[in-house]
Amino acid sequence: MRSEAQAEKGTSLWQDALHRLMKNRLAVVGACVLATMVALALATPWIVPYAYDAQDLELGASGPSRAHWFGTDRLGRDLLTRVLYGGRISLMVGFAATAVSLLVGVVYGATAGYLGGRTDAVMMRFVDILYALPFTIFVIILMVLFGRNIVLLFVAIGAVQWLTMARIVRGQVMSLKHTDFIDAARVMGFSTSRIILRHLIPNVLGPVIVYTTLTIPNVMLIEAFLSFLGLGVQAPMSSWGVLIKEGADAMEEYPWLLVFPSLALSATLFALNFLGDGLRDALDVRAAKD
Amino acid sequence: MPLLDVENLRTYFHTRNGIVRAVDGVSFSVEKGETLGIVGESGSGKSVCVYSLLGLIPSPPGRIESGAAHFDGSDLLRCTPEELRAVRGKRISMIFQDPMTALNPYMTIGDQVTEPLRVHEGCPKMEARTRAIEMLQSVGIVDGAERLRDYPHQFSGGMRQRVMIAMALIGGPELLIADEPTTALDVTVQAQILDLINNLQQSLGMAVILITHDLGVIASTCDRVLVMYAGRFLESATVHDLFQTPRHPYTEALMASRPSAHAKGETLYTIPGLPPDLSTEIAGCPFAERCRHAVDGCRECELTLEDVAPGHQSACLRVQAGEL
Amino acid sequence: MSEYLLELKNLKTHFPVRVGTLFERTVGTVKAVDGVSLGVPEGEVLGLVGESGCGKSTLARTVLGLVPATSGTVLFEGRDLRTLLSHELRALRPRLQMVFQDPYASLNPRMTVFDTIAEPLAVHTTVSRRERAGRVGELMERVGLARRLMKKYPHEFSGGQRQRIAIARALALNPRLIIADEPVSALDVSVQAQILNLIAELSREMGLTLLLISHDLAVVKHLSHRIGVMYLGKIVELGDAEDVFHRPLHPYTQALIRAIPSTDPGRARPAGLLHGDPPSPMNPPSGCPFHPRCPVAAPECATTPQPLLDAEPTRQVACWKAKTP
Repeated sequence: MRSEAQAEKGTSLWQDALHRLMKNRLAVVGACVLATMVALALATPWIVPYAYDAQDLELGASGPSRAHWFGTDRLGRDLLTRVLYGGRISLMVGFAATAVSLLVGVVYGATAGYLGGRTDAVMMRFVDILYALPFTIFVIILMVLFGRNIVLLFVAIGAVQWLTMARIVRGQVMSLKHTDFIDAARVMGFSTSRIILRHLIPNVLGPVIVYTTLTIPNVMLIEAFLSFLGLGVQAPMSSWGVLIKEGADAMEEYPWLLVFPSLALSATLFALNFLGDGLRDALDVRAAKD
Repeated sequence: MPLLDVENLRTYFHTRNGIVRAVDGVSFSVEKGETLGIVGESGSGKSVCVYSLLGLIPSPPGRIESGAAHFDGSDLLRCTPEELRAVRGKRISMIFQDPMTALNPYMTIGDQVTEPLRVHEGCPKMEARTRAIEMLQSVGIVDGAERLRDYPHQFSGGMRQRVMIAMALIGGPELLIADEPTTALDVTVQAQILDLINNLQQSLGMAVILITHDLGVIASTCDRVLVMYAGRFLESATVHDLFQTPRHPYTEALMASRPSAHAKGETLYTIPGLPPDLSTEIAGCPFAERCRHAVDGCRECELTLEDVAPGHQSACLRVQAGEL
Repeated sequence: MSEYLLELKNLKTHFPVRVGTLFERTVGTVKAVDGVSLGVPEGEVLGLVGESGCGKSTLARTVLGLVPATSGTVLFEGRDLRTLLSHELRALRPRLQMVFQDPYASLNPRMTVFDTIAEPLAVHTTVSRRERAGRVGELMERVGLARRLMKKYPHEFSGGQRQRIAIARALALNPRLIIADEPVSALDVSVQAQILNLIAELSREMGLTLLLISHDLAVVKHLSHRIGVMYLGKIVELGDAEDVFHRPLHPYTQALIRAIPSTDPGRARPAGLLHGDPPSPMNPPSGCPFHPRCPVAAPECATTPQPLLDAEPTRQVACWKAKTP
């Protein structure tokens, strides 16, 4: 007889999903593009040829050349450098704000859904109230009151994005909490926190992951939009949104100033969307059965 | 000439995990006025088999690979969708397992029962109404006239199954296909519904194909039985012969494993192992792996139903050879 | 200490039916369990049968505290579960376990067999992880699964094998009472027999007390020492399994047994089938709840409730006709 050391390995649903994801070519390309972007953003300070605020006023705006691959802006700053630094900010906003929304939304939604009844009603009415606040005005007020601050930007965007996450998670939990395996866990005498953390959340992660990959581009777009309105990061720091705004202002004379930042942002958004779609197909448990 | 004659039907599902041979070369026929039972466990292909005939297989992934189904001179498997629609619901109709989901919750019972008449015969509204009331009465809903305006949720489970039967029978079909018609119902209601189907069949003279996993339901309603396993038929016999002298080890094992076949507390007979995986090709008899009488030949033979007694066919090699 | 391991006294579980979301009002009450009293002595297998909606599953869930009871007492080991604090109840859980109907739904799809069976051990005992592996292996072999499969996930097993996993999980903490709610009705006939044999063997060898709930009289009769028959939230007959099955006294039990399709095709279906469906438990009929469908009902049945009374030394029936045949 075999010993336990030789126990056959099972394939978890996660491994199954990963296997299906790897077969989706678009999603794999998306993941690669995203990974490249993240790697570039992380390595930016060591690979850029110029400082992001180094000006060359004599050169002024110049088109792509061997010295400046993406050209320079009116102040003679290297656009490649600025796009890379801008990517750092944009991606950081995207990931950090999404992480905030993920953490708050999942815990809040799972708690409301599992406890149900009056607690759930109160918690979800609070969400409804926040939903009703006009987001842009909310952010503008925050910016006016506390000044332009990148951390505040994370908080402001995250504070809005977690609402949808909480609703998604609550819905999932509501449909799961009356399934037999949750009842079985209660019969076993497990604590509420154990049931939520070990039994409920792992089973709602599929939709959460999918929604997360679609939230990141959303957040990046919001950041770009706020920057476009002049509410985003402060000069001389830049983000893709800031660069696109500047590029749009100078679009007719110096089109490369618009083209390169837009390409960087679009490529990242496409990559995230393809990955998100791929994950949705891969994690769909019903499709996995046939 | 039989009413329905199916030859060598194969329905495969092309899934991402391979080809599932849900129905793999089955032939059978239904005579006018008879009740044919198809019995098998879940996944044996018994529902797929009749769904294929009516073009109800979702495609993709399902595909009818081969076969012919002659119904009154035309081949159901080669009909155009229009021709099939003219047959379905009119000359062949169907009742489903779950009366809770098979009725449209947003339509009144009256509209649903008369719909086949209006669609297939262009029957005027008043006449359709009169016929619906008559039909509801014959399925045991006595206050039919008052209940035409009611919605399905106002009926109990057994009553809904009666409504479904009324809907299926109002066009006067020659063949009724009943797919697990009582599985979702309680025992006391099940007995009423089976009785009702039997009585209506006799008074209307139609043929019935009854699909079920329950040997008890078969015994109390059918004339002839087909035993299905892993997409093939293993045995075909009259109800009496099947229960008195089963001629296939699978049928025997199935009957032996029922609690009612044992004295109280006695260890139940069990069939070892699991049904085969239909996504891999099965050589020989699909039951061989679990059969206590299997010999090497069983895993190589061509599976065919052969006469082993008058009106009694078995696909078991050893029964055919007279060894069992 | 009472003579019973589990004793129910006049247990009621009612669900208010509410309409409206903001301004809720109660429009009725579903009396799922309506005054059930019974006792299960240690080591007994008690079968509960009834049709859907008769309250048998709600009864199981009420005993386990998954659904709050409306009134009455649930005594387990002589203690009233309804008055225990939540941590006291949690500490008592290991001795009171359940096997669910659908083995596809009752196992967490994200956990391996090992994690599923070992989790109760980790929560309620102090055994080390290595000892747990050994214990899980023993339990798996006990229920007829190979030990080497413990790292696999539920979706890699068939329905029957999953039910074995669920049984192993219930056995992990050496329970005194197991409630099995339709343990085989989601399984195929050939697999049912395997699981029934397993349950019979376990209850015999481990001296388990078992409350077996099923709509299938043949299943219940095969395994149980005693049978209780439920109708609309009430027990209408309770007695030795063989007696109830072969000599039913309550007209409902008689009809239930007659309705089982016979597998003897030569035998015609007996007369005396019930008419209509079971009434809704929301507005149960007055008096004896069975009277509108009862073939022998008398006028007083509609007005006088029928309590469960001794008809024979070991049998109780809730019908006055049973005493005056």
